[in-house]
Amino acid sequence: MGRSQDGGRLMRAFLLRRTLQAVVVLFGVSIIVFILLHLLPGGPAKAILGVGANRAQIAAFNRQYGLLRPLPVQYLSWIDQVLHGNLGFSYKQNQSVAALLGEYIPRTLALVGVAAAAALLIAIPMGIYQASHRNRSADYVLTGASFIFYSMPSFFLGTILIILLSQVLPLLPPTGPTATSPLWQQLTNLVLPILTLTLIWVALFSRYIRSSALDVLVQDYVRTAKAKGVSGPAILFRHVLPNAMLPVITLIGLSLPGILSGALITESLFNYPGMGLMYWSATQTDDYPVMLGTVMVVGVAVVLGSLLADILYAVFDPRIRYAK
Amino acid sequence: MIGGGSPEIDVPTELHPSVEAGTGPRSSSIFRLAWAVFIENRLAALGLVVVILLMLFCFLGPVIYHTNQVRTNLATTDLGPSAQHLLGTDDLGYDLLGRLMVGGQTTMVIGLAVGVLATGLGVMWGTVAGFAGGAIDSIMMRAVDALLAIPALFLLLFIATVFIPSEPLLIVVISALAWLVPSRLVRAETLSVKTRQFVESASAQGARPTRIILRHLIPNVFGTVAVNATFQVADAILLITALSFLGLGIPPPSANWGSMLTNGVNFVSTGHWWLIWPPGVCIVVAVVAFNFIGDGLRDALDVRLQRR
Repeated sequence: MGRSQDGGRLMRAFLLRRTLQAVVVLFGVSIIVFILLHLLPGGPAKAILGVGANRAQIAAFNRQYGLLRPLPVQYLSWIDQVLHGNLGFSYKQNQSVAALLGEYIPRTLALVGVAAAAALLIAIPMGIYQASHRNRSADYVLTGASFIFYSMPSFFLGTILIILLSQVLPLLPPTGPTATSPLWQQLTNLVLPILTLTLIWVALFSRYIRSSALDVLVQDYVRTAKAKGVSGPAILFRHVLPNAMLPVITLIGLSLPGILSGALITESLFNYPGMGLMYWSATQTDDYPVMLGTVMVVGVAVVLGSLLADILYAVFDPRIRYAK
Repeated sequence: MIGGGSPEIDVPTELHPSVEAGTGPRSSSIFRLAWAVFIENRLAALGLVVVILLMLFCFLGPVIYHTNQVRTNLATTDLGPSAQHLLGTDDLGYDLLGRLMVGGQTTMVIGLAVGVLATGLGVMWGTVAGFAGGAIDSIMMRAVDALLAIPALFLLLFIATVFIPSEPLLIVVISALAWLVPSRLVRAETLSVKTRQFVESASAQGARPTRIILRHLIPNVFGTVAVNATFQVADAILLITALSFLGLGIPPPSANWGSMLTNGVNFVSTGHWWLIWPPGVCIVVAVVAFNFIGDGLRDALDVRLQRR
């Protein structure tokens, strides 16, 4: 009875500590974005209004957004706006940044979600298989293939897939879906972008999973199970799989920035109308409000994602709560 | 990890207990031991050979195979491979094989420079944070967390719209983001070294911090840092390639494999395969080679693996 109370207390302490950490990091992210805002050439007003802005417009802009006040005051009122959902306004596209993000993010989530799920579904069994057949020919072949795939620039892999699957074998269209009709009506256009991401992520994930499965395989409880006569597949399912899955949670938490970057490149290659393509277009047109808003949202998403990953890990592995 | 790159697991490698305690083989023979295991790891040795061959190709190649990479002849654009142009010419008339060599010089130099600079910065930040401990450590590492939260590609694109990229600026800017991961690794190693019995006893015996650093910290940290440094080079090459693709390339007559591949991708439908495959294959070969070396170094220095 005492132990479960202890466990509960430790869990709460861990949650508190970890959440406070996340809040500090979120604060850090907001400072970075705020600095970026003030790094803009000619000052925020001139950069956002564009080259054609005259002094009167700039003055009006400065007054409207309070850009002549001391920086700490500006920061606080800016954060207040952000927390109320105001991420700025894009003059180039005549829409609020929040609205634009609301339109494009779901499509990126669909792309990344499907690709990541597919990658895990393949990489987990593959990694475990490799670990249990370590240093045999199948392991070497799969390791070699993984090395090559995660060493490829993703747009190079995408281009190769376009050549193979839509030129040499005219099976699939060479471009991604358009924004004019819903995604689910353009399924063949989705295959290549998703496949590009999935192949690279399978290579990356399977290396990690293989390594963590290897760690599990040398544990005492696995050797005990083998000594007790538990069959190979049963060991894999009942002992290796659950324990090797735990680091996968950490893996996803750590991979979030890489996943979003991968999405950026793939969306640009296939013209996929997601947040990555939106951000890239914004950099081409110097649409600073969109750029700043996206960086903010992405940073917050990554921090919250890793917080969630750490919490889930602690829920499933009690030992981590005892660590400092 | 930008759509490629190394699966760097954020865990410091462990050295043999006698090495950690400083009572084992002296520093110089750790390296000899690591070298021996490294050479045994055939993939890592292969990686090293490939890197050396690539460097020879890029830096000595132009001496043997003369081409003009500054002035172009517009009459010779888009030619396929021939006796005069072993890999054909690109859409501006430059000889592709020659351009591959020159582009490789830029790519390798940027990659290696980033590897060195990022590792150096990361080691400094990490050791200071690890040694300082307490609130200073927390603040320093939360700053690292905040910068890591924004994917490098997004930040680099932002900066590129504000500043015009040139080769030195690219190296500095990429390093300015790449140092974050090694700083975490070094800090973790510093913390773990700091709490070892022998450091406490050395410090109790009156050893100065410099001695602790030199005698105990560096051999332990070196392994993790060396492994990470090779992955940094691999990641930097992929990052430059990605940046080139997204429009941050260094304009002609300068070349790098990334910008050549980006240019080549425009010709997917015209059948000009020599514009796409050579730069792409070079990039993959270089990155795979550095990843092999990194993996080999990690195996050589990781005692846990040897116990299996």
